[in-house]
Amino acid sequence: MKLVVAIVRPDKLTDVLEALFRAEVRGLTLSRVQGHGGETERVETYRGTTVKMELSEKVRLEIGVSDHFVEPTVNAILAAARTGLVGDGKVFVLPVEKVYRIRSGEEDQAAVTPVPETADVG
Amino acid sequence: MSGSDTAWMLVASALVLLMTPALGFFYGGLVRSKNTLNTLMMSVSALGAVGLSWALLGYSLAFSPGTPLVGGLAYAGLRGVGLEAQGTIPHLLFMSFQGSFAIITAALISGAIVERMRFGPYLAFITLWSLLVYAPLAHQVWGGGFLARLGALDFAGGTVVHVNAGAAALVAAFMLGPRKDYARQALLPHSVPFVLLGSGLLWFGWFGFNAGSALGASPAAALAFANTMFAPSATLVMWTLLDLKRTGKATAVGAATAIVVGLVAITPAAGLISPLSAIALGAVAALPSYFGLLFRARTRLDDSLDVVAAHGIGGTVGSLLTGVLAQKAWGSPTDGLLFGNPAQFGIQCVGTLVAIVWSGALTFGLLKTIGAVAALRPSLRDEGLGLDVSQHGEEAYARDEGAILILSEPSPAPVAATALAAATEGGRA
Repeated sequence: MKLVVAIVRPDKLTDVLEALFRAEVRGLTLSRVQGHGGETERVETYRGTTVKMELSEKVRLEIGVSDHFVEPTVNAILAAARTGLVGDGKVFVLPVEKVYRIRSGEEDQAAVTPVPETADVG
Repeated sequence: MSGSDTAWMLVASALVLLMTPALGFFYGGLVRSKNTLNTLMMSVSALGAVGLSWALLGYSLAFSPGTPLVGGLAYAGLRGVGLEAQGTIPHLLFMSFQGSFAIITAALISGAIVERMRFGPYLAFITLWSLLVYAPLAHQVWGGGFLARLGALDFAGGTVVHVNAGAAALVAAFMLGPRKDYARQALLPHSVPFVLLGSGLLWFGWFGFNAGSALGASPAAALAFANTMFAPSATLVMWTLLDLKRTGKATAVGAATAIVVGLVAITPAAGLISPLSAIALGAVAALPSYFGLLFRARTRLDDSLDVVAAHGIGGTVGSLLTGVLAQKAWGSPTDGLLFGNPAQFGIQCVGTLVAIVWSGALTFGLLKTIGAVAALRPSLRDEGLGLDVSQHGEEAYARDEGAILILSEPSPAPVAATALAAATEGGRA
């Protein structure tokens, strides 16, 4: 199992989510973060105060996947999040020691494999 | 000259002026957070650009004697506009009151083109629009032009302000094209409380707009005031019922929209129809705008904040119903269709049609011209980043993390200071 962590532009988020659903990647966590990846900083002015905004808004996606799903997941993100300009973000793939599904107590491979929708009912 | 009339019109003018920032908040809440300031600035900047052009030239084109289509240059640069009486109030006050109308009319159009127009071309557009489109139409209806002579009724600006802005909005939305994310992503209002705050302040200001259009502290002003209060009430009730019937939930954005639609619809009729007629007018006006909104959302026309449905359709319904419900018994110069004068309905149709054609055609020409000189839209990257940062270099909701203060701002000031110091030293030597 791997944990795929992707940092992408907020305005590319919809494209990325769409690509992930197309690639049949289910189950992800999303957070709004701020970061700096070497893009040119913005200059903003408030009355007489001029500031350089070093941090830009980004979105972080965390997706736990089984090994054979790593490649389609990463490829979907790479294709959907790219604009070709500095600041497009990063994808990290991390090894995962242990995974538990809280609802059922399932572990590892079974815990990151989505269950059919009907099983959720009740 | 009347002291009481002057006092009321001073207050009314200030009330109407408040409507423009109120509109900014109404619109600003409806856009995504990254475009909040740009949307507010589209209204706020009209206070400057259109206010100035009105004083220097627009007022003359609207209200000085001229041709049936447009006024002359007699009042250009406020020549001859002083403290002498115009009606029962000082001429200068009449000019200011009318100026606040010109400002909000131009700002109204911005709702159709938010989140995707460069700010410089926008400023050029509203300035020229107020001179070339608004001022002549105001002359045609209010300044003794051909619609005034025809007998078209427009108490406070149903055609001049709302049909006019609605038609311009339709053309502008069409010419700028949809936002890059339109129909691809859900584009949600980022602050519904702002929307309600804006609509509440609009209603407050609208008492100046409609009751002030009586141009005095008179019974007609009282009638317009009451109608401005109760017609939108009826629209709001009707809208809520429609919401409940359609989705089972009464929405807050819907309520704010209903208030504006009701206010728009009662505007041309405010001082000309009975309060019960006003309530009927308000209730009826909800229907076409409500279904207009639903229909528009399914088209490729990105009239982003539905200026056409609220102001275009609402204004048209109000103008036409004025021709139906007007009553001499309530101070209207002529009766309407329902009170034995069907001809008035025909005249209202003509007046409304003229406003649509005039505004639509000239707005098209104006945007074509500006578009030939400068790009109307920002780059896709700037649009994605948001117009607050790309057009104004500010954020509505800035956080201070990662903001580094620039102390040595490159500016001519230090150079000038050095030069001055050198000169002083030279003088001493």
